Amino acid sequence: MSSLSIQLPGLNLKNPVMPASGCFGFGREFSQLYDLSQLGAIMIKATTPEPRFGNPTPRVAETPGGMLNAIGLQNPGLEKVFNEELPWLDQFDVPIIANIAGSTEDDYVKVAEQMSKAPNVHALELNISCPNVKTGGIAFGTDPEMAKALTRKVKDVSEVPVYVKLSPNVSDIVKVARAVEDGGADGITMINTLLGMRIDLMTGQPILANKTGGLSGPSVKPVAIRMIYEVSQQVSIPIIGMGGIQSAEDVVEFFLAGASAAAVGTQNFVDPFVCPKIIEELPEWLAKLGADHISELTGRSWKKNERLAYYRP
Amino acid sequence: MIRQENCKVVSNRQIADNIFELVLSGELSAAMSQPGQFVHVKVGEGFDPLLRRPISIASINDGTFTIIYRRQGRGTSMLAEKTPGMSVDVLGPLGNGFPAGEAKPGRTAILVGGGVGVPPMYELAKQLARNGVKVISIIGFQTASAVFYEKELSDFGEVYVATVDGTYGRKGFVTDILDGLEADIVFACGPTPMLRAVENGNYAAKTFLSLEERMGCGIGACFACVCHTKDDPKGFTYKKVCSDGPVFQAGEVVI
Repeated sequence: MSSLSIQLPGLNLKNPVMPASGCFGFGREFSQLYDLSQLGAIMIKATTPEPRFGNPTPRVAETPGGMLNAIGLQNPGLEKVFNEELPWLDQFDVPIIANIAGSTEDDYVKVAEQMSKAPNVHALELNISCPNVKTGGIAFGTDPEMAKALTRKVKDVSEVPVYVKLSPNVSDIVKVARAVEDGGADGITMINTLLGMRIDLMTGQPILANKTGGLSGPSVKPVAIRMIYEVSQQVSIPIIGMGGIQSAEDVVEFFLAGASAAAVGTQNFVDPFVCPKIIEELPEWLAKLGADHISELTGRSWKKNERLAYYRP
Repeated sequence: MIRQENCKVVSNRQIADNIFELVLSGELSAAMSQPGQFVHVKVGEGFDPLLRRPISIASINDGTFTIIYRRQGRGTSMLAEKTPGMSVDVLGPLGNGFPAGEAKPGRTAILVGGGVGVPPMYELAKQLARNGVKVISIIGFQTASAVFYEKELSDFGEVYVATVDGTYGRKGFVTDILDGLEADIVFACGPTPMLRAVENGNYAAKTFLSLEERMGCGIGACFACVCHTKDDPKGFTYKKVCSDGPVFQAGEVVI
């Protein structure tokens, strides 16, 4: 057995590394750069019932060690994703995690019901944390009761396990995590972006047309690590960790915090080859840390009474 | 084929006020053919600044290529510090450039460049002249100290220069010069107001415009640089400037 293979609800992963939703489109662009079958999974771009153009430009702004984005869930809509993107992705030996979004509960239910029927969709990722849309999105993710109710509704119709993507823009993320676990979530993905803003000094106005945007990149990593550390000790469902991952070292840190798999977001824009690179470098790190299997690292930062076989600095 | 390569700096010199010409060597140059394509440049090690900078290709040579950029923010200031022998992380070639083949031998092509929109016109002029197309270049700048590549472009045909403040060439905009000329085809790259003016002027039967937009990935995955199409200006159809463009035919997208 490979030291990197991971079993999570609905997911039999060759390795625990996958591109995060919104940072990889539907894979077409990256398929010209490398074989997507190398990936543990692919979290495809959020899908809504109807096509969405998204927000006006500028949609991105750079920040120290990160970037703000306010794309606004641009996507071709449920029918097109289901009939064109998913069948196209089927040529690769890689499970798809379908990110689903909407403005109302009914939107989520509709998208979940259909997307979960696609043969290569092995799990859903419930996007209740997008900060860049006026209705839905983050509104569901910042209220534990709403998050729980929506999770329950989606679970009722989904034919595959449901992971819920949590927003860091809350005062108590553990409360939301517990709520979605109560709602029947099979796993958690975290964190989505942190709400931020940049202002142009010359115009005196926000740079993003949407004014606010989601902060991502290495600058948010400590926030993600802290939140995964807290949540992983309070829920019994697995966490796919994300937030500023750039390297195999970062993936190791997310596992130590409590993650069972890891997703790479913004770094795909900086280095489009980053996912295969990390997958190649992970075994070296396992050897260095004395772990026979990557799952031995999960939660190591708080599991005080367990030790790795050896530690070689 | 898009690839990433650590290219070597051959030279990096200032050719006008805050305008730098960077010559890089690498196998990447062999993958370049189309004028108007761009490269995505990581200006430093580490993660600040994090994102790459899209910079258009000015010239493709045997084993080397040239890019021209304006030193403006922190990223391009770091790039300006590079000296010969140092390496620069380059992703490219990216995007769809100017369709040089649309200009037929014996016909007249007008190339319009504004500011840092001038560089791609050099490779285009080179290729058009090689194909027997009559090349006229019109280049516009803010002021005399910002002018560059007038002499270089004159190797391929007539060059007209406009400056906004009138300190060099003709006072005014590139379109003021364009008004008095005739062409079979127009190619343009520059600031959005200039592109709009060129498009609205209907100066030739065919016009191709190279757009500029803030980019994230540069390969079409992040949806940062989308624009509406002219036939569906408020709808869901879109083009990505980085991977569908940056060059579009006039009338194709909303600029």
